[in-house]
Amino acid sequence: MSFDPKSASYLDSIEVVEVQRGPEPGGVGGAYRAFGETLRGLKTTMARLIEGPLTIQYPEEKTPVYPRFRGRHKLHKFEDTGLEKCVGCSLCAAACPADCIRVVAAENIPGDRVSAGERYAAVYEINLSRCIFCGYCEIACPFDAITMGHDYEMADYDRADLIFTKEMLLAEAIERTPLKSEEE
Amino acid sequence: MLPFAETGFAEATWIMIVKSIVIFAVIFGVLPILTVVERKLIGRFQHRYGPNRVGPFGLLQPLADVGKLISKESFRPANAISTLFILGPLLPVISGVLALAIIPWGDVQDGVGLYGIDVPIGILYFFAVGSIAFYGLLLGGWSSGSKYSLLGAMRSAAQLISYEVSMGLALLGAIMMAGSLSLVDIVHAQGEVWYIVPQIVGFGIFMLAGFAETNRTPFDMPEADAELVQGFMTEYGGMRFGSFLLVEYMEILVVSGIAAAIFLGGWMGPGPSFLDPIWMLTKMIGLVLVFIWVRATLPRLRYDQLMSLGWKVLLPLATLNVLVTAVLVVVT
Repeated sequence: MSFDPKSASYLDSIEVVEVQRGPEPGGVGGAYRAFGETLRGLKTTMARLIEGPLTIQYPEEKTPVYPRFRGRHKLHKFEDTGLEKCVGCSLCAAACPADCIRVVAAENIPGDRVSAGERYAAVYEINLSRCIFCGYCEIACPFDAITMGHDYEMADYDRADLIFTKEMLLAEAIERTPLKSEEE
Repeated sequence: MLPFAETGFAEATWIMIVKSIVIFAVIFGVLPILTVVERKLIGRFQHRYGPNRVGPFGLLQPLADVGKLISKESFRPANAISTLFILGPLLPVISGVLALAIIPWGDVQDGVGLYGIDVPIGILYFFAVGSIAFYGLLLGGWSSGSKYSLLGAMRSAAQLISYEVSMGLALLGAIMMAGSLSLVDIVHAQGEVWYIVPQIVGFGIFMLAGFAETNRTPFDMPEADAELVQGFMTEYGGMRFGSFLLVEYMEILVVSGIAAAIFLGGWMGPGPSFLDPIWMLTKMIGLVLVFIWVRATLPRLRYDQLMSLGWKVLLPLATLNVLVTAVLVVVT
């Protein structure tokens, strides 16, 4: 629909809202506006002062993460038998778009079982310097052996230290990240 | 005719020395705290904490800042004029310290006047000394041999002429009501009512001009960190830069002190007379907080806006204020 800004019908339509303007700069009206707006600004800043800071003092205070937050991986064991859930199928490594998981499987020896399945992961390494935390490994795993945890503080001085071995992934993670409660 | 000031009053030399040491100790004790308070308050005005890592509540922050500044190299650009470049930060420090002398902290008690010196021409002295500070900015900016510094110096010169006149006229009303230029006499004259009530216009103009005098927002064009990279301070580093910063806070204290003495009844307040300096300090700090509050609120004005504000609004208002005060003083 084309419109002519000067036509009366356009100006009368309810869609046109007149912009509210203060007094023009200069003169008494302008001085009044400048003064009034200055006071309004002072009121605004004072209100911010009274509200208090919103900063989260990061290393001491942390924002709670959501339960589905994808942090550092964890490997799991069966709670009753203590056997590893991972059977070394390498599906996670296949699903990984960053190609950061390395699994070398080995046969379980009957008297000394490591995992519940036929085979187990002799080597399970995640190179966290390459991981993009997409969570595909978690989805690919048929036994829920690998899940994403909540830890995101993984900075290190050495790239080699970012390659997490099976022992590190199996170990009980130090809970450094608060979790959001249901209400939050 | 009223005597301009008590000139027969003299003090022993050692009292003068002790007084100046005490004034120095107090002011230079307050200054660093002021820098933290400003940063913390500005933070709170913006929903932040401000510095809170160094020491309890971040109170040791100025110590860390000064330590850092001292350890920096005192760099000088190759095309700077060395003597003037060094003189640049020194002049404002000297003028700031000189201006501290006339701030009245209390009346004469037990034969000791609680002020540095009661100059009979008090306010003229303040203006004379305050203008010297601008030579520091001008010379420092000009001798740096840098575009930004030169622009900053030029701006401070332009700023100086546009507010100094109205600043003087703003105080004239209070001077006429008190009939004296001495700050001590002016405070005495406010026994009945503080001059902020009859001279509210003068107070407003003086504070506005004070923002310009101390190069504070909204009139911080000479430093203008956004477009001029600190203006006249661009080429300064280390403690020379630090002394420019120090002077800024000292000038805020001095302007607040003058405003408190002339408009807010100086040392007057309830309680015994030994509380007088505390009252004076409280009023000064109160005004300093206003400075900080305004800094947190207002953006920097444009260069020509300050000119037109100074010449077209403040000057006529101040003149009118003086005229009305003069008529009223004669009539009553």
